[in-house]
This record gives sequence, structure tokens and C-alpha cells, in this order.
Amino acid sequence: MSDTAVGAHPDPHSDDPNRRDFIHIAAGVAAVGAVGALAWPLIDQMNPAGDTLALASIEFDLTKVQEGQQVVVKWRGKPLFIRYRTPKEIAEAIQGDHADLRDPETDEQRHKPGKAQYLILVGTCTHLGCVPTFGGGEYGGWFCPCHGSVYDTSGRIRKGPAPKNLVVPDYAFLSDTKVKVG
Amino acid sequence: MSGHSSYEPKTGFERWMDMRLPVIRMAYDTVLTFPTPKNLNYWWTFGGILALCLGIQIVTGIVLAMHYVPHVDYAFNSVERIMRDVNYGWLIRYMHANGASMFFIAVYIHIFRNLYYGSYKAPREVLWIVGCVIYLLMMATAFMGYVLPWGQMSFHGAVVITNLFGALPIVGPSITTWLWGGFAVDDPTLNRFFSLHYLLPFVIAGCVALHIWALHVPGNNNPTGVNVKSKDDTVPFHPYYTVKDGFAIAVFLLLFGYFVFWNPNILGHADNYIPANPLVTPQHIVPEWYFLPFYAILRALPNKLAGVIAMFGAIATLFVLPWLDTSKVRSMRYRPTIRPYYFIFLLVCLVLGWCGAHSPDDPVIPGVSGFQLGDSDINSYVWLSRIATIYYFVYFWLITPIVGLRETPLPMPESISEPVLSHPAAKAAN
Repeated sequence: MSDTAVGAHPDPHSDDPNRRDFIHIAAGVAAVGAVGALAWPLIDQMNPAGDTLALASIEFDLTKVQEGQQVVVKWRGKPLFIRYRTPKEIAEAIQGDHADLRDPETDEQRHKPGKAQYLILVGTCTHLGCVPTFGGGEYGGWFCPCHGSVYDTSGRIRKGPAPKNLVVPDYAFLSDTKVKVG
Repeated sequence: MSGHSSYEPKTGFERWMDMRLPVIRMAYDTVLTFPTPKNLNYWWTFGGILALCLGIQIVTGIVLAMHYVPHVDYAFNSVERIMRDVNYGWLIRYMHANGASMFFIAVYIHIFRNLYYGSYKAPREVLWIVGCVIYLLMMATAFMGYVLPWGQMSFHGAVVITNLFGALPIVGPSITTWLWGGFAVDDPTLNRFFSLHYLLPFVIAGCVALHIWALHVPGNNNPTGVNVKSKDDTVPFHPYYTVKDGFAIAVFLLLFGYFVFWNPNILGHADNYIPANPLVTPQHIVPEWYFLPFYAILRALPNKLAGVIAMFGAIATLFVLPWLDTSKVRSMRYRPTIRPYYFIFLLVCLVLGWCGAHSPDDPVIPGVSGFQLGDSDINSYVWLSRIATIYYFVYFWLITPIVGLRETPLPMPESISEPVLSHPAAKAAN
């Protein structure tokens, strides 16, 4: 350095704003990037683990449920309602399509085509997550004991504080009598 | 935390806070403006590195505790689940396991830096003793943490270490039973170790606060060992040492990253991936590398109680070191007589670690058979351990006090600034 002209290389201790700014910003960005890269694994570890996700789908044999009955199984830690509806209950549900619904859906949208007798729903009230009781309430569907939400035979919300219909999970018929949920 | 504060609250909120809880003032005085000797070298960056290590261990440990099950039937599998199923669990566990090793690498460098530059001497004896307490707590925490995965090494390591207390006369057996909570290392032992392993890092954090407090009363020692004489000898901690520590931390994290991402199991033992079996002890049982020197001292003595006393004595010696050292000169830069003894001591500690990793009766030089001395061949790790153990104690209890009284130190600089300004390079620059 001593043999170069003074003008060509300014004194390194003088404030050259461009170089200083560059190294400050580069160091800061690297530090923030590193902390961010480390923060994500520490946050993501609280999401469901691989073995938890592996248990996320179940199969169910529909011959176990009789007409007019409901079977409750545990799916993803929550109750799953599998209901074999009577022709009367189906007729009431279709009738309900024309009522003034809070969360409008036709009964046909809530079961698989040609399988109107099988209604499969997540059994937690859309209000605050309690388990509604089978056959309760004035519509013969479900009644939630916690805050009085009333569901019809299609699982649609008709009265009470719940905002949404009972959720229809993703499921598919593997055969005429077997469904896979999730 | 002490001394003159140059903090002036600028905003209304800062003034309001300063009258009620002056945390901003404290942060300002300890992190930003703290006057620090201007000649600190890179050996002084390990304090900051250690604080980072403690932070990493606490954060990753809290996360691991969310997934770990402290039960003999589930502990091993829950650790495997962390490795296989928990999102990024492999990363977090490898950071925690290798983090312990990184923590000890840094603490050993920190301790040896202290020994070389005489930082334990007046007026920093309490600072040193708090440091020794932290080191003891670290060893206890690391040991109990190693038990938690409940592998073969975990289990039999716990058996060996808890049995050390059985060497005590009369009360020994009752103490081991009390530690176990049963007739052997079992579920109650695992549960209490988990509880204490979670507790102790926070005790360490409290001691670190005391350590920093005790540091900020006399201020940092420095490579010359000469006291700070004037403001010209110091620079504010920020930006000078925040940047220097920051750079050292970045380099240290590269080493950390190498172990975590490229060689995560090199510092561990393969046998710990075998579930604990109380009926079979592994062929060759060794502690983690950072305990090996003490393990070698334990095995060097042929008597159980004597071995335990020597091992704990090796650590207890550190606590009284400020009063064993009779030299008034802090830095070994100006103590040529003690310097070779210091480097032999450093080598001896490494040799002890090397001995701790081998079976006592194996020959140090393969294929050479010496003569039988006492219980073993002279060419064996047990005899090497004995020689090294003797030197360990002789260094502290004889060499340190005697050399301090008899040596002739080199002339010390007038001040921290003086050797810098009188250096040929500095003169050439002027």
C-alpha cells in the first residue's frame, strides 16, 4: 500500500460510506438469514410428526352400521359420525334444501352419488368443538349439548350459535361396503 | 452492572423506564459502552461463544423435551421418533448432542486461556470460582443428558458414575440407593435425571449472570495482564468486541455445522444406538470425550475410594488455584520459567484424555513389552495415566507455588498501550 499514490487509495479509516454500508448490510442480512433458517425448524417441529400423519386415514366397513343407526369412530383424534339414514330422514333432508339455511348446501352435495343412505361427518360442532348428540334437536339430526346448536338429518346447522354445517371429510368408497376416510 | 454509567435516556419512554426499571441502562452499560481493554486477542472471544452455546442447548433442549418420554419403556423409542418422524427432529437432536461437545470445546479453551493469562488472580478470584461452579454444573448436566436416550452407553454410564458415590465409607451404599430411587439404575433414576437435566441449565444461566457481574466489577483481564491505567487503554465493547466476538462466533458455527451436518455421530459412541440392557454391559465402556481426562485419573489409582478422591480432587484443586499461585505477574507472556510447565500441563491433560479412551492394560506402544511394575506392565495406559495424574497435581500444588516464588519475570509494559506503540511496526507507521 505504501507505494501507491495517496489519491488512488483513500485512507481506509476515512468514512467511505459505500464500503461500510455494504459490509454492514451484508453482515446483517447473513445474520438475519441464519437466524431465520434456524427458526423455521424450531417452529416446524411442533407441526404433526411423520408418524402422526401416517395415522391420518382410516378404513371403515359399512356393514357394521344398521339402518337408522350411527357409528362413531375416532379419526385424527376426533369423532367421526357414520350414519345409515332411513328413507324418512333422507326425505326430510331433501326437504330442508329449500329452507332458509345459514350455510346453504343441498343434501346431495353432502353424500356420495347413489349413496344417500350413508352420511359421513366430522362429529365436532362447528361452534366450539363439542360432540353433538345423535337424534337430538327438533330436526332429528344432532343437538349440541354445549350451546344448543341444532343440526338436521343432513348435518346442516339450523338453529343455535354454530356458523357452519358439520364438516364432510374427504372420503371415497373402496367398494360398496367399504370407505376410506382421509 | 457497576461503576460509572454514561447512559443518557433520550426519549420520554426511556426516561420513564429509567426511573422505574433501568434495564435499558443496564443493557447500554454492559453491552454497548462497557470499557474493554483494547488488546484482547481471539482467545477472549470464547466467553461470547459459550453464552451462545448455552442458548443453543436451552432452546434445542426445550424443543426436545416436547417430544421425549422419560420412561424406561419409551425413552429410546421416543428419541428414535425424534430422529425419524418429528419435523427437523434429526437436526434439533444433532444440534443438542453435538452442542454439548461444542460447549465443552469452548469451555476448555476458555479455561486454558484463563490459566495462561492468569485471569484467576486477584481481583478476579470470585469470577474464577463462579466459573468453576459453572463447569461443575455443566458436567452434571451433560452426564444426566447423556443418560436420557437410554441406550447401552447411557445406562451403563449412569451405573458407573452413580456407583462412584458408593466408594464413600459408611454412607456410600445409602447414597447410591438414594440417587437411584431403587436397587439399581431404573425408571425412577431416569425420571429424576430428566427433571434435573431440565433444571440445571437454568441454574447455569443464573451463574452466568453472576459470572458476568463478577467480570464487570474489575473488568476484563488482557493478554499483558497489566491493569487498565486510563481510558486510552480501553475501547467500548460495541462495536469493537461485538464485531470481534461476532466474527469468532461465525467461525465457531462453521465447526459446529461441520459436526451437525457432516459427522453428527463422530463424537458419540455407536453402542448408544442399542437400547439399554441392564443384563449386558458393552465390551468397552467409555464416557463422552469431555470426561475422558477425569476418567483416566479415576482409573489410574488401584483403590476405588482413592480413585474417586483423586478425580474429584482434580476438580476441587481448580477452586483453590488463586491461592496456590504465588506469582504477582498475571500473564505468562512475562513468566518464561513457568511457560514450559504450562504447555506440558496442557499436553498432560490431552494425554489423560487419550488414556481415558483406551483400556488400562493395553500397551501405549504396540508390540513393545516393558517390565512389570506393580500391577501392570510399564508400557500400558494405566501407567501413562499414573504419570500424567501425578503431573496434573504436581503442576498445581508444587510447580505453581514454587515457580511463583523463585522465578524472575520479564519486565512488564507500563500500560496496555505501551507495547503496541513501541512495537517496530507502529514506529514505522508513524
